[in-house]
Amino acid sequence: MKNTTPAAPAPQVPAPLKNAPSRPEPRPERSTGSRIGELLQRQGVLAVLLTVILIASFVYPTFASVDNARGVTVQASFLAIVALGMTLVIITGGIDLSVGSVFALGGVLAAWASQWGFLAALLVPLVVCGAIGLVNGLLIARANMAPFIVTLATLLAARGMLLAFTDEGATTYLVPKDSAFAELGQGSVWGFGYPILIALVLFGAGGLLLQRTSFGQTLFAVGGSSDAATLMGLPVARTKILVYALSGLLAGLAGALNAARLSSGVTIVGVGMELDAISAVVIGGTLLIGGAGSISGTLWGVLLLAVIQNLINQIGSLNSSYQSVVSGGFLIVVVVAQRYLARSRRTT
Amino acid sequence: MAATVLEARSVSKRFPGVVALDDVSFSLRAGETHALVGENGAGKSTLIKVLTGVYQSDGGEIRVAGEPVRFARPFEAQQAGISTIYQEVNLVPLMSVARNIFLGREPKNRFGLIDFTRMNRETTELLDGFGVRVDPKRPLHTLGIGTQQMVALARAVSVQAQVVIMDEPTSSLEPREVETLFRVIENLRSQGIAVLYVSHRMDELYRICDRVTVLRDGRHIHTGDLADLDRMRLVSMMLGRDLAEVRREGLTSFDTAGHDVARTPVLTATGLDRRHQLHGISIELYGGEVLGLGGLLGSGRSETAKALTGALPLDGGEITVDGKRIGRPTPAAAIRAGISMLPEDRKAEGIIPQLSVRENIVLAAMPRLSRAGIVSRDRQDRIVSIFMERLRIKASSPEQKVGELSGGNQQKVLLARWLCLEPKVLLLDEPTRGIDVGAKAEVQSLIDDLAREGLAVLLISSDIEELIEGADRIVVLRGGAVAGELAGDEVEESRLLEVLADHTPTAEPADHTPETGRKAPVAGQEDPR
Repeated sequence: MKNTTPAAPAPQVPAPLKNAPSRPEPRPERSTGSRIGELLQRQGVLAVLLTVILIASFVYPTFASVDNARGVTVQASFLAIVALGMTLVIITGGIDLSVGSVFALGGVLAAWASQWGFLAALLVPLVVCGAIGLVNGLLIARANMAPFIVTLATLLAARGMLLAFTDEGATTYLVPKDSAFAELGQGSVWGFGYPILIALVLFGAGGLLLQRTSFGQTLFAVGGSSDAATLMGLPVARTKILVYALSGLLAGLAGALNAARLSSGVTIVGVGMELDAISAVVIGGTLLIGGAGSISGTLWGVLLLAVIQNLINQIGSLNSSYQSVVSGGFLIVVVVAQRYLARSRRTT
Repeated sequence: MAATVLEARSVSKRFPGVVALDDVSFSLRAGETHALVGENGAGKSTLIKVLTGVYQSDGGEIRVAGEPVRFARPFEAQQAGISTIYQEVNLVPLMSVARNIFLGREPKNRFGLIDFTRMNRETTELLDGFGVRVDPKRPLHTLGIGTQQMVALARAVSVQAQVVIMDEPTSSLEPREVETLFRVIENLRSQGIAVLYVSHRMDELYRICDRVTVLRDGRHIHTGDLADLDRMRLVSMMLGRDLAEVRREGLTSFDTAGHDVARTPVLTATGLDRRHQLHGISIELYGGEVLGLGGLLGSGRSETAKALTGALPLDGGEITVDGKRIGRPTPAAAIRAGISMLPEDRKAEGIIPQLSVRENIVLAAMPRLSRAGIVSRDRQDRIVSIFMERLRIKASSPEQKVGELSGGNQQKVLLARWLCLEPKVLLLDEPTRGIDVGAKAEVQSLIDDLAREGLAVLLISSDIEELIEGADRIVVLRGGAVAGELAGDEVEESRLLEVLADHTPTAEPADHTPETGRKAPVAGQEDPR
C-alpha cells in the first residue's frame, strides 16, 4: 500500500471504478407530497393569481377590460422594479428597508435634473441611489453590520435628504412637458406604458442573472450558508456589496420612472413601499431566511398585490385600507405554508 | 525526495487567552499522504485554517512551492492550488448537487451563461468516479451525510489542486465509501498531489499515510515516517502519556468483561414501521446491558433510535417501557417514560452554543427542578456540579458558554443533560464521533459505568471496534429491518462483518469484502479477539 508504483498520469478525476458497487442512495424516493409542495412553493402564487383574475373577470366585467389591465400593470411596474432588487437581497439572507425612501429620493432627483435633459434626469438618480445602496452594502459586508439596522438607518437618511432637498416638501420640481424624459414615463406601445416594458426587460435580465450566472449562484450560496460560501472561496463580501448597490439602483430607477409618469418629483411617495416589496417577494415564494427564491415568483407576487388593490377599488364601497388587510392575510398564509412545506420536506 | 509543495515555518496563532499554535513547522511533499494527528485542542484545525487562509498567522510564514505567501481569504489559498474538505460538510444544503460542485466555476455557454446541461452531465460523470449515483439536480440536503461528504470530496478533487487537505473525511462515511476515498487518495498520490490527512482513526492512518506529524497543545511534537512508529507510541505521543499506561488501557476504554444483565427487558419495541425507512423492527433492551445497533448507512439505525424517542412518527408498532405501553410516542412521552437520547448531530440537534454549561445541562430537567414555574438555582447548581465532576467536564466554570468547549466536552454536557433526568434507557447515536482520543476514552468508560449501574444503553456506532468492545449484544439492521443478532461469543469483528456484508450482491469481488477492505494488516497490531 505504501509503495505506490508510479502509474501513468491518471486523470484527475478517478475513472469510474470497475468494481465500484453502484451505491444505493440512502433515501432514494421523494414522496409525491414533497414534489407537490415544491411545485406549490414555486408556482403556487401564479395559480392563486390566475384564480383571482378568473373569478374577478366574471364578477366585475370592468375588471377584465384592456384599459383596466393597462392601468393595473403600469401601476404595478414601479413596485415590480423595486421588488426585483429586493428579491436578490432577500435571497442572500438580507433585507433592504431603504428602498421606499430611495424610491422617493430618486423621483425628486430625476424631476430636478430633468431640466438638463433626458440623460441627466436618468443618470443623477441612478448614481445617487446606487451610491446609497453601495453604502448599505459596504456597511453590511465589510463592517459586518446587520442589514436590518443599516438599511433602517439609510431609510431615515434618504428620507431626510429628500426633505432637505425640497425644503421640507415646499419646493416641487416639475418635469418639462413633452420632454423625452416625460415620454419615458407616459409613452406607450399598444397602450402598454414604457414602465411596464422596462420592468419586463429587467425581470428577464434579472432571471438570467439569478439563474444563469455565477453571480446569481453566489447569491443563493451566500443565503443558503454564508460560512460554506466563504470556505468554498466565493466572493461573499463583494457579492453582498453588489446586491445592495443593485437594489438601490433599481429603487432609484423606479423612482425616476414614477416621476416621469407623474411629471413631478412627489415627496410623499414610497412610504412603506419597502414592506410592499418584501410582501411581494415573500408571497412569490422566496424564503425570507435566504437561500431559495425566484424572480418570476416576485413578478406574480407584485401582480397579485396590484390586482387585489384594483379589485377593492372596483368594489368601490370598500375602504381602500382593506387592501392592506387582504395582502397582509395573503402574506400570513404564504409564510405559514412555507414553514409547513419546509418542515414536510425536511422530514421526508 | 519529492519537492516540498506546502510548508509552514514557525507559525504561531494566538486567540484571546489561548495560544492555539506555538512555533509550529511542518512540510508537505508532492505525492505524499501526510497524517496530521493530535487530540482536540492540539491545534490541528487551527493549522489547517492558517494553511487555507481562514485564519491569518500571527508569526512565521507559509510557503507554497518555496515561495512565501500570505492568504487573506480561503479564495486565495484555493487559487494557489490548496483544496480542503472540512469535517462538517461545508456545502449549501438548499442548492443542487451539481450547483454545489461547480459553485464559483460554472461551465458557461457561448453567451456567458451557465450551461446546466453540461454541468449536470459533468457532475454525473464526476460522481460516477466516486461510486456515487445521485440525480445532480437533487437538493443537497435531501442526501445522507455520507453522500454529502462524497460530494464535498468530488468538489475538492475536481479543482486542479496541488494539495488536498482532508479534515476527518471519514467520520461520516461507511466502510465502503471509505474504500472509495482511499482509492481516490491513491489516485491523487500517483499524480503527485499531496494529501494532508487528519483523522482519529488509527487503522486509516496506517493504511494510507506515508508520514505523520503529531501536534499537542499547539506545539509540534514529531514528524516522521509512519512505518517507523507503532500505534501505541503514536497514541502516547498524542496524549502525552506514558507508553505503558496506554498499553495497559487498550485502544478503547471499554471493560471487556461484560455486564450483569437484568432478566426482563426495560424497553420492548415491536414491529416498528415507517414507510421507506423501517420495516417491522423489534428490539428488546435489558437493564445493565449495552446493546449495539450495527448497520451500514441508510440501514435505519438512527431512524430506529429516533422512533424510540418519538421523534420520528411511526406508521405502526408498539413501544413499552417497564411493561407500560407508550400510547402515542412523542419526545415528551418518551422522556416521561424514561427514554433519553444523545443525537448524532450534536451541533444541530443537541447543544445550544450560546448558553452556558449550566443552562445546557439543566435544560431538559427544567420541569423537574421547578416548583410553580420557578426554578431553584440551588438545586440547579448542585446537579450541575455533580455532573461536571462525575463526567469530568472541562470548563472554566459552569457559566462558560458551551460553544467555547471542545467537541468531547460538548458531548459530555449533552450526556449530563440526559442523565440528570435519571433515564431508564439511554440511546447513544455515534457518541464518540469527532471527539478526540482522550475524551473518547472517557465517554466509553462512562458508557460502561452507566450500564453497570443498571441503565439500559443502546449504542449506535460506525466504529466497529467501539461496537464490538462496547456492546454486550449487537443487533444488525439492514434496509430498515433486523438482519441478525450477535450475542455472547458471537460479538466479534469477523462475525459482525459477515452479517453486515451479507446483503451485498454476490458479484462483489473478493478484494472488496469488508474483511480485507476495512482494516489494513498492520504487523503486530491485529490480535485475534
